[in-house]
Amino acid sequence: MAKIKKTIKTIKVDADKCNGCRACEVVCSAFHAEPKYSSVNPARSRIQVVVHRLQDIWLPVFAGEYTPAECMGRDKYVIDGKEYDECGFCRAACPSRTMFKDPDSGLPIKCDMCESDPPLSEPKCVEACLNNVLIYQERVEEVEEQTGQAELQTGLEALVDKHGLQKLLDAFALMAERSKDF
Amino acid sequence: MRYAETGYNLEIDLTTGSIERVETDPKQTELHLGGLGTSVKIHWDRVGPEVKAFDAENLLIFSTGLLCGTPAVSANRTLVSFISPQTDILAYPMMGGFWSSELKYAGYDKVIIRGKSPRLVYLWIHNDEVEIRDATHLRGQGAIATQELIREELNEPKAQVAAIGLAGENRVFVASIEQARSSSSRGGGGAVMGDKGLKAIAVRGTKDVNLARGAEFMLHVQDLKKFIKHRNENPIQEVMPILSGIGSPQMMKHIDEKWHTESFAWGNARQRRKDFWTEEVEKSWTKSQTSAIKRFISCFNCPQQCGALICHEGVPPYMMKCFSKLTYAMAAYVDDLDFSWKICKKAFEYGLDSFSTPQILAFAVELHEAGIFTDADFEGCPTDKEGRFFWLLDRVARREGIGDYLADGTYWAAKRIGKGAEAFDHNTTKKHEQMNIKLGMLDPLYFLMFATNEKISITQIEGNWPQAPFVTKEARESFVADWPQLPDEKFKKYFLDWEPRGEFSNPYYPTPEISSEIVDWMEMLHNIDDALGLCAGMGSFCFKPPYHIHNYPKFISSATGMAVDEEALKKIVNRNRNLHRAFNNRRGMSRADEKPPQDHWKHRFPELEEQLLTTYYAFKGWNYDGIPTRPRLHELDLDYVADDLEKRGILKGGEDKKDDQDNQG
Repeated sequence: MAKIKKTIKTIKVDADKCNGCRACEVVCSAFHAEPKYSSVNPARSRIQVVVHRLQDIWLPVFAGEYTPAECMGRDKYVIDGKEYDECGFCRAACPSRTMFKDPDSGLPIKCDMCESDPPLSEPKCVEACLNNVLIYQERVEEVEEQTGQAELQTGLEALVDKHGLQKLLDAFALMAERSKDF
Repeated sequence: MRYAETGYNLEIDLTTGSIERVETDPKQTELHLGGLGTSVKIHWDRVGPEVKAFDAENLLIFSTGLLCGTPAVSANRTLVSFISPQTDILAYPMMGGFWSSELKYAGYDKVIIRGKSPRLVYLWIHNDEVEIRDATHLRGQGAIATQELIREELNEPKAQVAAIGLAGENRVFVASIEQARSSSSRGGGGAVMGDKGLKAIAVRGTKDVNLARGAEFMLHVQDLKKFIKHRNENPIQEVMPILSGIGSPQMMKHIDEKWHTESFAWGNARQRRKDFWTEEVEKSWTKSQTSAIKRFISCFNCPQQCGALICHEGVPPYMMKCFSKLTYAMAAYVDDLDFSWKICKKAFEYGLDSFSTPQILAFAVELHEAGIFTDADFEGCPTDKEGRFFWLLDRVARREGIGDYLADGTYWAAKRIGKGAEAFDHNTTKKHEQMNIKLGMLDPLYFLMFATNEKISITQIEGNWPQAPFVTKEARESFVADWPQLPDEKFKKYFLDWEPRGEFSNPYYPTPEISSEIVDWMEMLHNIDDALGLCAGMGSFCFKPPYHIHNYPKFISSATGMAVDEEALKKIVNRNRNLHRAFNNRRGMSRADEKPPQDHWKHRFPELEEQLLTTYYAFKGWNYDGIPTRPRLHELDLDYVADDLEKRGILKGGEDKKDDQDNQG
C-alpha cells in the first residue's frame, strides 16, 4: 500500500499551569463568530475549561468529533486524589451531555484548529494563552494510504455492530426504493 | 442591535417577588458609559436622600461594566452599589472574578434589587429564565460553601454565584459579598443584601455579546496583550518588587513582605515594626506560603495571577488574593503566617471585609486593655493573640455580646460604647476604616485623595503616580523616560522636580495646584475603569499600566460603535464623578466631612490643608463646601442636578458660595 505524508496538529495542554481565566474560550468564540469577531459567547467556544476551583481542577478540553450514540459505559478518573467529571476528558459532542453543542441550535461544534486562508501560525486559543498552558505542535508522519473502500467497510461494520445486519439491510433496501423516486 | 452592552437590566422587587426585564435607554450609555456611571444615574433618579441603608427603597445594584464580557483583557469587574449602613452615602465596592461576564452572557447589564423578601431567598438567572428560590436551607452557611451548594443544587457547575455569609445575614456593617476568588467588601454590601433577605445571586449565560467593529477591536486587544507580555517580562526597576509589576499587588507570588510588614502599622493601625523582616521570618514565611499555595489563579479573561488557591493543613481549600494575607496577622500582632491562612478562611466564609474587620478586632483588644471593655465582656475569650482574634471574629459575625457593638465598625461602636472609646477610633474617614498606615510628613496628594474621594478607600483612589519621590535624579529620569501612559507631558516635570527633602518636597511640593492636577488624573482613571468594568490593576491602580487615557477610547469606540475620543471620555467620567458627588452632597456630605484619618501623619499643616481643599475644589468646579457649582454642572449636561441641589438649598443660586471661596483662598 502507498505511503503518504500527513501533518499531525497537536495542542499540548499543560493543565497544571492553567489559571482558569478562560481567555481561550473568549477568543475561540469571537474568531468563529459570523462575521468573524462580531460577537463573543464562551458557550459557543470549541475549547471549554472545566473548572472545579476548590478541588484544584482547571482542565481545558477541545471539542472533538460528533457522535450520535453514547458510549456503552462512562468513565470517571481520579488522578492525584482529584475526581474529574464523568467522561471528563472526552472531546466528543454526544447525547449524554450538553458540552460542545451550540447553545441555540443544539448542533455539535468541533475544534477546526482555526483553519483559515491564509493559515494562521497557531490556533487562536494558543495565541491567547499568555501562561503557556496551550502549546501548539506540528509533526509529519508517514501513514499508509487508506482506500475509500476500506474506510467504508470499517464504518459499516460499526453500524452492523450497533444495529444488527438485518436492520441495516432493511434500511438500505428502503433507501434504494426511495432513490428510484428521484 | 446594542454593542458591548446587552441593553437590558433585570429589575427585581423582593417584597412582591416581581421580576422584570427592562430595556435601557442607549442615550444613558452615551452620557455615562456604563458600570458605576449608569448605576449612579439610577441611584440619583430613584433613591432620595431620606432613604437609609436598611430601608426597602435602598437599591442594591449589581452592575457589569461596559466592556465586561467583551475580549478586552481584565474587563471582569462587578460593581455593587448601595447606600452604606456604615457611611450613609453611596458605597460601590467592586469585585473581579467571573460573575459580571456571566451576567452579560445571560443578557443583562445590571441586576437592580429593591424591597425585602419575607424569607431568605436566592436569585437564579439562567438567560431568560429568572427565578427567586427559597434559601432557608442555606441560612448560616458560609459565603464560599453557599456558592458550591447552589451550583450542586442547580446542577450547573458553570453557574457563577455571589453570596453572603453569616455576617451579611446578621447585617454586620462590614459584611462582604463573596464570589469565586473575589469579594465586594467595602461599605457593607453584604449587610444590605442580608437585610433584603437575599443570600445569593447565581447566574449562567449562553448568549452573545456583540462588538460593533470586532476585527478592529481585536487588533487593540492584541496590542494590549503584547504590552502585557512586555511589562511582565520587564518589571519596573526603580521601585520595590511588590510594586514593580501589573495586576493587583502580587502578594500571592511574592514572599518578601519587608515593605508591607515594616512600612504599614500593626495592631489597630498603631505601630510600625521597622525591624520585623528578619532572616528567620523570611525562612518561616517562605515555608508557610509555598506550602499553603496550591495554584495561582486569575479572574475572567486576565493573564495575571493575582489570586491563589489556598490548601493549608487542616483548613478546607479556599481562594485568596492581595492584602488579606497580612491584614489579620498584622492587626493581631501575630508573626506566624500560618495564622493568616486559618483566619482568612473563617472570615471569608462569614463574609467580612478584610480591611475593616481586623482593625475592628484590634480596636476591641485596645478597649479591653484600656478597661473600657471589661473582663466580663471578654468572658470565655482565649488569652493568646490568635485565639483572641478567632473569638472576636465569631462575636462580630454573630453579633453576640460585644460583637453587636463591633459589628457596626469602629466609628459607630465607639459612639455606642462611649466611656472614651471614641479616642480609639482614630483611623476612619467618613466613618470607614482606612488602610493601616501611619507616616511622618503630610503628603498633599494623599491628603486630597483620603479626604475627598467618593471611594473612601485609598487603594481604589491612588494609582499611576508613585507614592513617594525617588531619591536620586537618575532614578527619576529613568522612570519618566518611558511613560507613554501620561495624559500630559507636564507631569514628567512635576515628577522630576519632586524630591524627598528640601524646597521641592512634601508637604509644600507638589503645590496645591499641581496636587489637584495629579489627583484629578488618578480619579479620572479610576472613574474610567469603574465605568468599563476594568480591573484597576490593569489601569488605574498600578504604575505604567496596559490601559491608559490614550487607548481606552479605542476600545470603547470599536466595541460600541460610539465615537468617543479622549476629550469626550474625560467629559463623560467627569459627568459621572460630579453626579456621584452631588448624590452624596444631597445626603449631607460636604467640606466638614472631608478629612483624612486624624493621625495618618504626625506632622500636620492646618492652613496648608485648608488651602489644598479650597484649591482642589476650585479646580474641580466645586464651591467652598465641595458642592459642584451650577456652571460646572451645566457644562456637564447636569442642569437637572443643579436644579435639584438649589431646590433643596444645598446650592444657593449656584454662585453665592464662590465669594466665600475667594475670601478663603
